[in-house]
Amino acid sequence: MAALQRLILPAKLTDRLSTGWLNFAVLFLILLPLVIGAGLVIKSLPLLEQASIGTMLHSAEFSPQQGHFGFYAFIMGSVWVTLLSFVLSAPVCLLAAIYLTEYSPQWLTQSMYFVIDVLAGIPSVVYGVWGVLVIVPLLADYVAPALGLTTTGYCLLSGGIVLAIMAVPYMLNMLMEVFRSVPIELKEASLSLGATYWETIKWVVLKKGLTGIIAALSLGISKALGETIAVLMVVGNVAKVPKSVFDAAYPLPALIANNYGDMMSVPLYDSALMFAALLLFVIILVFNSITSFFLYRIKEQ
Amino acid sequence: MQKRKLLEEQFFLWLMRIVTLSIILVFLFIMGVIIKKGYHAMSWEMISQEPQGGFYFGKGGGILNAIVGSLYLAAGSTFCALLLGLPVALGMNVHWVTKTKFVGAIRFLLNALWGVPSIVFGAFGFALMAYLQIRASLLAGIITVTLFIVPIFIRAFDEVLRTVPQGLMEAAYSLGANRTQIAFIVFFRQALPGFITAILLAFGRGIGDAASVLFTAGYTDHIPQTVQDPTATLPLAIFFQLSSPIPEVKARAYAAALILTAIILIISLVSRLSTRRFKKNIL
Repeated sequence: MAALQRLILPAKLTDRLSTGWLNFAVLFLILLPLVIGAGLVIKSLPLLEQASIGTMLHSAEFSPQQGHFGFYAFIMGSVWVTLLSFVLSAPVCLLAAIYLTEYSPQWLTQSMYFVIDVLAGIPSVVYGVWGVLVIVPLLADYVAPALGLTTTGYCLLSGGIVLAIMAVPYMLNMLMEVFRSVPIELKEASLSLGATYWETIKWVVLKKGLTGIIAALSLGISKALGETIAVLMVVGNVAKVPKSVFDAAYPLPALIANNYGDMMSVPLYDSALMFAALLLFVIILVFNSITSFFLYRIKEQ
Repeated sequence: MQKRKLLEEQFFLWLMRIVTLSIILVFLFIMGVIIKKGYHAMSWEMISQEPQGGFYFGKGGGILNAIVGSLYLAAGSTFCALLLGLPVALGMNVHWVTKTKFVGAIRFLLNALWGVPSIVFGAFGFALMAYLQIRASLLAGIITVTLFIVPIFIRAFDEVLRTVPQGLMEAAYSLGANRTQIAFIVFFRQALPGFITAILLAFGRGIGDAASVLFTAGYTDHIPQTVQDPTATLPLAIFFQLSSPIPEVKARAYAAALILTAIILIISLVSRLSTRRFKKNIL
C-alpha cells in the first residue's frame, strides 16, 4: 500500500474513485437484507396465495404430493433441538467462562483461546461426521438400552449434543468477553467488604454482566437454530412431532437442505422450501436484533 | 457459616474445573476421531486424482476435484468479499467516523447479517440463480458464498480498525492527507494483522460451509475449467460419500473430513503466526 503513495496518481482522482466505490459497497450492504427478504417473499408467494400463514404454522400435515404444507412438525423439531442444545451448553459455557476469567492460570486461558479458535473453525460437516461416528452409536448401543429404550441413534438427543458442542466456542468466547469487561474496582469493593471470591462472582460479576450473558446465550440459540448440515446428518429426519429425546426429528434447515432434489418436480414445493427459509431468516433476524440491543445497552453503561 | 461458604466455593470451583476440562477433552476427542479415522482411509491417490470410473462403488480415484473446487470457490468469494468489505470497513472508521449514528446502524446490520444461517443464503442464492438465469456453477457458488462471508470479514476487520488511535487520523489530516490516503495507507497499515486474520477467517468459513453451496455450486467429477462449470466442494464430498452404504466410499468421507480439518488448522496456524510477524509495523 505504500506503493500507492509513490504512484503519481492524482490524489483527488483516487479519492473520488475510492469514495464512489465505497458508497456503492455500503449501499449494497444496506440493501442486502432487504433484497434477501424480498427475494424469499416473492418466491414463497405462490404458496402464500394458497394457504394462510396461520394454518401453515399450525398444521402438522406435510404431504407435498397432495399440496398440504404444514410446518408445525418442523418448527417443533427446530425448537426442541435448539432448546436441548441450549440446556446442554449454556451451563457448561457459563461455568467455564467464569473459571477461565476469574480463577484459571494464564497459560490455561491462553490455550483455551486456541481451543475456541479451532472449535469455531471446524466445519459443520466435520461435526456431523463425528456425530455419526461417535454420538449415534453411543446412544443406540449404550445409553438407550441402559434406560430400557430402543432408538436408532439418529434422534433429537444426538442433534442436541452435536449442536451443543458447536455452540460452545461462540457462547464461551462472548461470555468471557462479558466477564472481563466487569470493572475490577467493583470486584475489589466487594472483596474488601469481606465477601469470598465466589460470593463476589455470584453477587457482583454475574449481576453486572447480566445483559451481556443474555446476549451471549441468545447468540448461541440463534447459531443453533440455523445450523444445517451437522444436524441433518444425525437427527433422523422424520416429519413428526418428536415425543421424546430418543425420537427422530426434522428441523427446518434440514427440510430445506434435504428436499433440494425433488422440489422442482412437485408443484409449490420450491415455494414451500423458500417459505421455510423465510421463516428462519425472520426468526433469526429478530433474535440477533435482541442480542444487538442488549450489547448496545452494555456499551451505554 | 464460614464453613458453608467455603464448602460452596470449593464445590463450584471443582465443578468449573471439571466443566472446563470436559470442553478440552471433547475437543481432543473430536480431533482424535477425525485424525484416526481419516488417517486409515488416507492415501496419495485421494488427493492427487479425480474420481475414476466406478468411484462411487468403491473403485479407484480421489477427491482432487473437490479439493481444487473448494479452493477455487473459497478464493474467489474471499476476493469478492475483500472488494466489497475492505472499503466499507475502512469507511466506517475513517470517512464516517463522525457520523456515529450511521456507523452504529451499519454495525447493527452487520451483526444481524452475521447470524443469518448459511442455508438461508443458499436458498436466496438459488432464487437469485433462477432470476439471473444461471445454472448451478462455480459463479453461482461464489456469489452466494460472497454474500455469506462479507459480514464475517467486515465485522472481524472492523474490530481491529476500531482500536487504531484517533490521533493518527488527526496527525495525517494535519499533514494534508485526504480520506482515501488515511484509510488505505495509515489505517490499513496499522490494522494489517487484523486484516490478515479477517481474510483467513472469511476464507475458512467459505471453504467449510456446505449449506450455502448445496443448491448453488452443483457437483461434478471434474475440476471446473470456467466459472460457468459446476464444481465439487469438500463439504459436499464428505456429505455425499458418508451417506453411501459401501464401506470404501464411507472411508473416503473420513479422509475428506481429515483433509478439510487439516486445511482449517493450517489457516488457523498461519493466521496466528502472520499476526505476530506483521505486528512490528504497529505504533
